[in-house]
Amino acid sequence: MTTVAAPHAGAGSSDRAEPATFTIERSPGAVRLSGTFRTTEAARAWQELHAAVASAGSGELVLDLSDVKRMDGGVIALVVAARAELATQGVTARIVSTPEHLRPLFELYRGMERPAERVRRPSLGGLETVGDAALRWASELRDAVHFFSAVAAAFVRVVRRPRSAHLKELPWLVERAGFDALPIVVLISLLVGFVMGYQSARQLERFGANVYVADLVGISITRELAPLMTAIIVVGRSGAGFAAEIGTMKVSDEIDALRVMGLQPIARLVIPRLVALALVLPVLALVSDVVGIAGGLFVAVVSLDVTAHAYLLETRRALVGWDVWQGLIKSAPFGVTIALIACQQGFAASGGAESVGRRTTTTVVSCLFTLVLLDAAFTFTLRMLGK
Amino acid sequence: MSAAARELGEGRERLLEVRGLTIGWGSKVLQTDLTFSVDRGEVFAILGRSGAGKSTLLRFLVGLEEPTAGHVEIAGHGPVDLTAGLPPFGVMFQAGALFGSMTVGENVGLALDEWTDLPPVATAAIARTKLALVGLEGAFDKLPSELSGGMIKRAAIARALALDPELVFLDEPSAGLDPITAREIDGLIRALNEGLGLTCVVVTHELESVFAVADRCIVLGDHGGGIVAEGDPRELRESTDPRVREFFNRRPRS
Repeated sequence: MTTVAAPHAGAGSSDRAEPATFTIERSPGAVRLSGTFRTTEAARAWQELHAAVASAGSGELVLDLSDVKRMDGGVIALVVAARAELATQGVTARIVSTPEHLRPLFELYRGMERPAERVRRPSLGGLETVGDAALRWASELRDAVHFFSAVAAAFVRVVRRPRSAHLKELPWLVERAGFDALPIVVLISLLVGFVMGYQSARQLERFGANVYVADLVGISITRELAPLMTAIIVVGRSGAGFAAEIGTMKVSDEIDALRVMGLQPIARLVIPRLVALALVLPVLALVSDVVGIAGGLFVAVVSLDVTAHAYLLETRRALVGWDVWQGLIKSAPFGVTIALIACQQGFAASGGAESVGRRTTTTVVSCLFTLVLLDAAFTFTLRMLGK
Repeated sequence: MSAAARELGEGRERLLEVRGLTIGWGSKVLQTDLTFSVDRGEVFAILGRSGAGKSTLLRFLVGLEEPTAGHVEIAGHGPVDLTAGLPPFGVMFQAGALFGSMTVGENVGLALDEWTDLPPVATAAIARTKLALVGLEGAFDKLPSELSGGMIKRAAIARALALDPELVFLDEPSAGLDPITAREIDGLIRALNEGLGLTCVVVTHELESVFAVADRCIVLGDHGGGIVAEGDPRELRESTDPRVREFFNRRPRS
């Protein structure tokens, strides 16, 4: 077996192949460690060390290292930690006979000093946890209100002086949030129309009311499903994207760089995104209307013996312009909501990548929740309007 | 002319004045009662160990944070208000903070686009010149992700100079760079100061940089110790104050 003589032997600088053979023996008032201690074998060393010092009782304990050949830094840290643990139980453990070549490492790991008193962070009780969460929630709410009012002020400025709007990015944002989302909107709308038609087909068939599949699909798609589905798709694509993009700009000081140039980040980053989604969502919802109805038509023709002509005639009879308008009217505020929440979360990011990830997740969850609430409110209000 | 920009003796003129400034966030106060001033045409360094609040102080100086106590005045314009138009200074952030979605040329030209009515071709010409000034002629069409650390810092300096401010704030301009590139950046700061008469406020902990570029400096003490020294760094090196000696001799107090 090689003798390790280098002063930093414990750091694992030399022979890695040297086997970890060690023993930890307990005798009255002392624990004797001998052999070679590797960090890779630290789990066993930790267990045995704990078992050896467990019955220490109170008073004094000697940790004798005279026969230690080699000890990696990780194991030294465990010895020091075990000593600190003993100190909290009223046992004074002294590390003695540290081999000369290990002394520098023990110095480094504070092993030669008196064990530092552990400062335990007081754990919060139930009430404090609730209070703490409420305070954080209130602070988040205050920041969000502050942000929304800043956006409103920026918007008013833009309305008063349209030249102050930074809409250069708008075509690109519309393309990214709208045009690029078309394939997924088309696919999902087609499938939803198809599934709705298919699910209702069997029920309607029993009553010989096959052709009414057109009413069911047409009304539910235009009034509810198209605006909601497109909004959900846009949350996943653009909402998460905006939050991550602005969040990354925030944590890498790019937002501050804009501010020190005298440029207003909200007018520059938020207003174009808000306008883009407000424009894009109604168009996507309209596409979704058409494609969803086509999905229902496919089912009707294939499995309900309804001709395409009859299906379209029935759709035209069942749907009034207001049904389509209801969906489109909702879509623009949905777009504004998604952009506002995503940008607010992006601006609230701080620190690093973890925060950006957390804010992106919050964006998706908050958007979905808010969209469903808004949808319910719209449905109720539009119903009250008597149509 | 206000008190802050008044003529001092020997033709010196005060450009930045800080009085009784407290820096920190919320209940966490890093330094209190900071008072110092920077004269037009000098390179002024803010020194201190990591965590002393140097970069935080810079955020307060440029108006990114609002002081709870004290006052910052630049060129006699009163407290800095970043929403009130073009600020009279440029800032280079520690990590560059170049806009990742724009080319280097667009980064440098952004402020010109926003604050002047120049046609794009003229903006590009100025941006190219600014990039050439910092030795980055070939980087105009590159994205920030294609640049090395030293090039990003240079491009950020070029961006800070886009509108020819009389004052620039540089946060750790040579930190994290190899010694040769770091000295090149120091040389650039000195050249800009001597050639353009640019006033520079440099936040740094690199002693070599301080001796290479700074006319005057302040040293921020640890744990809210305030300004522990102010003056010419070459003279401060000989200081008998242990807190200053500790910093300039690169040796922790035992």
